Amino acid sequence: MTSAIPLIGDFRAETPRQLDGARIGVVTFPGTLDDRDAARAVRLAGGTAVPLWHADTSLHGVDAVILPGGFSYGDYLRAGAIARFAPVMETIIAEAQATSTSSSPLPVLGICNGFQILTEAHLLPGSMVKNDHLKFLCTDQVLRVENTTTAWTSQFTEDELIAVPMKNQDGQYVVSAAELEQIEAEGRVVFRYVGANPNGSRNGIAGVTNAAGNVVGLMPHPEHAVEPGYGPDDATGMRNGTDGLTIFTSVVSSLAKGTA
Amino acid sequence: MPTIVVEVMPKPEILDPQGKAIANALPHLGFTGFSGVRQGKRFELTVEGEVTEAVLDDAKRAAAEMLSNPVIEDVVAVRVEED
Repeated sequence: MTSAIPLIGDFRAETPRQLDGARIGVVTFPGTLDDRDAARAVRLAGGTAVPLWHADTSLHGVDAVILPGGFSYGDYLRAGAIARFAPVMETIIAEAQATSTSSSPLPVLGICNGFQILTEAHLLPGSMVKNDHLKFLCTDQVLRVENTTTAWTSQFTEDELIAVPMKNQDGQYVVSAAELEQIEAEGRVVFRYVGANPNGSRNGIAGVTNAAGNVVGLMPHPEHAVEPGYGPDDATGMRNGTDGLTIFTSVVSSLAKGTA
Repeated sequence: MPTIVVEVMPKPEILDPQGKAIANALPHLGFTGFSGVRQGKRFELTVEGEVTEAVLDDAKRAAAEMLSNPVIEDVVAVRVEED
């Protein structure tokens, strides 16, 4: 059977062989929901997805790590607060902050609950509180990519507009006034909401990076916009949006080029 | 058994959306005398035996490092309650 649009589980022809070397770890905590979608996005981007378990301190030699969305540990205490103390996080925190010349810092992407975990782990500035309107928000959201120097955004063009789904209750990004000024001045806002601010986030911030640029977190879900037929609507048709895929092809290509 | 009570509140400069929603709902039940509500958390840490200085210090560290997030919350009380 042939089709212009690949069917689920059928990406034989699409996988670029030369990039198979990029191994991207996807962490599963108790309560993680989007680990399979994130792994699928990695595969569609030409990389190899490696499942990582929360109770395992080993990263099994992966080249980058994704903390996917969900409700780790039921979001008890605060979103991401318990997951931050999981054994796998100790290794991720250490490798993400590696400064020695022999090992470059590990590229880490936190999506939604993963972003919340990265702020709780103090790898990224700020924190998330409940949406200002207090409702669970599920929508297709337009974002502006404002930093294309990270391993996760290198294939976007500066100020490119992308549409990806967003679904959360604790999505309001808050940060101290001093830190807000600093991350804006240093160009560390990676994604910003376009149009009306959907949740009261400071300066409409949807995603940020750390000072070194290897750790990126964002609230919306790029892994849900990677395959025609299952993404947001776009100009070519219903659910055809695949803007999120560029995040994953960016890291796979950065790793292949040795720039991550 | 003694209990160490830890109280955590959202920072004053953080708009507390839950507290605001409660404040908006109160008048519907006829409670019109309250102009604002802020919602925080109370933790009760049970201690087997005596609360020594070391145990209390541990509670204070747990309050600062895990029970609260200093970006959005303040620890407003760590105290011992006997019963």
